[in-house]
Amino acid sequence: MDLYAFFFYFFAVLTVGSAFVVVFSRNIIYSAFALMFTFFGVAALYVLLYADFVAVTQLLVYVGGILVLIIFGVMLTTKVFSVEMKTGTLNLLPATLFTAIIAGMLIFVFSATDWNVVPDQEWDTTVYGIGALLVNEFILPMQVAGVLLLVAMIGAVMMAARDWTKLKSK
Amino acid sequence: MLESYYPIFLMLGIAVLFSVVMLKASTLFGPKRPTDEKYTTYESGMEPVGQARDRFSVKFYMVGVLFILFDIELVFLFPYAVNFYELGLFGFVVIWIFLAIQLIGFIYEWKKGALEWD
Amino acid sequence: MIPLNFYLVLSALLFTIGVVGVLTRRNAIIVFMSIELMLNSVNLTLVAFSSFLGDATGQMLVFFVITIAAAEAAIGLAIIIALFRNKQTVNIDEINLLKW
Repeated sequence: MDLYAFFFYFFAVLTVGSAFVVVFSRNIIYSAFALMFTFFGVAALYVLLYADFVAVTQLLVYVGGILVLIIFGVMLTTKVFSVEMKTGTLNLLPATLFTAIIAGMLIFVFSATDWNVVPDQEWDTTVYGIGALLVNEFILPMQVAGVLLLVAMIGAVMMAARDWTKLKSK
Repeated sequence: MLESYYPIFLMLGIAVLFSVVMLKASTLFGPKRPTDEKYTTYESGMEPVGQARDRFSVKFYMVGVLFILFDIELVFLFPYAVNFYELGLFGFVVIWIFLAIQLIGFIYEWKKGALEWD
Repeated sequence: MIPLNFYLVLSALLFTIGVVGVLTRRNAIIVFMSIELMLNSVNLTLVAFSSFLGDATGQMLVFFVITIAAAEAAIGLAIIIALFRNKQTVNIDEINLLKW
């Protein structure tokens, strides 16, 4: 087994294993920290796929941003004195059935299709290609993404503004 | 190209090994003479105030939100910046339209006082 | 070298785990994390195809997904926090104001 395969299986197991912990852990803090390992594992898989810039973005945005926000969300929504971080599950049987169907269908489609792939090849850094695509062929999607960010920004400020005015008036 | 990542994997391995060895070593070899004082929460030498599991102010969350939104903006800027010369004036105009949209949000935040701590 | 199918099956597994989380968990924040898992699996598929086809477009699409995820994290969690302030719970069974 060569080194590439070793790293692939290592990070694949890390990703799927920690994803299991995220979903099935009783303690929400454990879920949040397991999510970090999932994000790390996916970033490492991006590196193995020669997507270096995507991997760095994954770490920067998911681990450095979204995960921190999620942990803030956990801290802001737990009861102060009773340590109530445990959460239950529901609808186990129909959910199992439904997900088994989804998993079967996805794996069947993925393995049955004869994908048109380029044979083994190593790619150089992709950041130049991404930059050229963003500014030439994908101008409108990029501007729409900008508008989405603007909406998110204004929405977040609006939601928090109520608390501010309360805090300031005190 | 993947060879250039070996130092990162090495670093990762060393970091994990180091932290595990240090923590295990101190529990294995360290002397244990606990007193009541030693069992209190360590708060950099201060007397502990309140509990560790406290809900904290929404202001921290707000800073996180603003950080992540500007973070994304940088992610879009970086691929443009590395081939700044190839993309020329057209790319420059496009990226400034993108930045202008963000600028509206930034000015809104500023006027609303979201960037002030108190 | 690992074939493309391995990456695809891996992301299918990740997506399925996310679906389980959304369907079975009660806590709104865990549901939120499961959605992030599903978005990540889709990103993995896009990057895998991009790498095996030698086309950077797939990797660029990942940035749009990440943008959506970030906006979702900012606003979605703000909504969850606002809900918690009003109802003192993040249990999605108890948040049924629209039901009658």
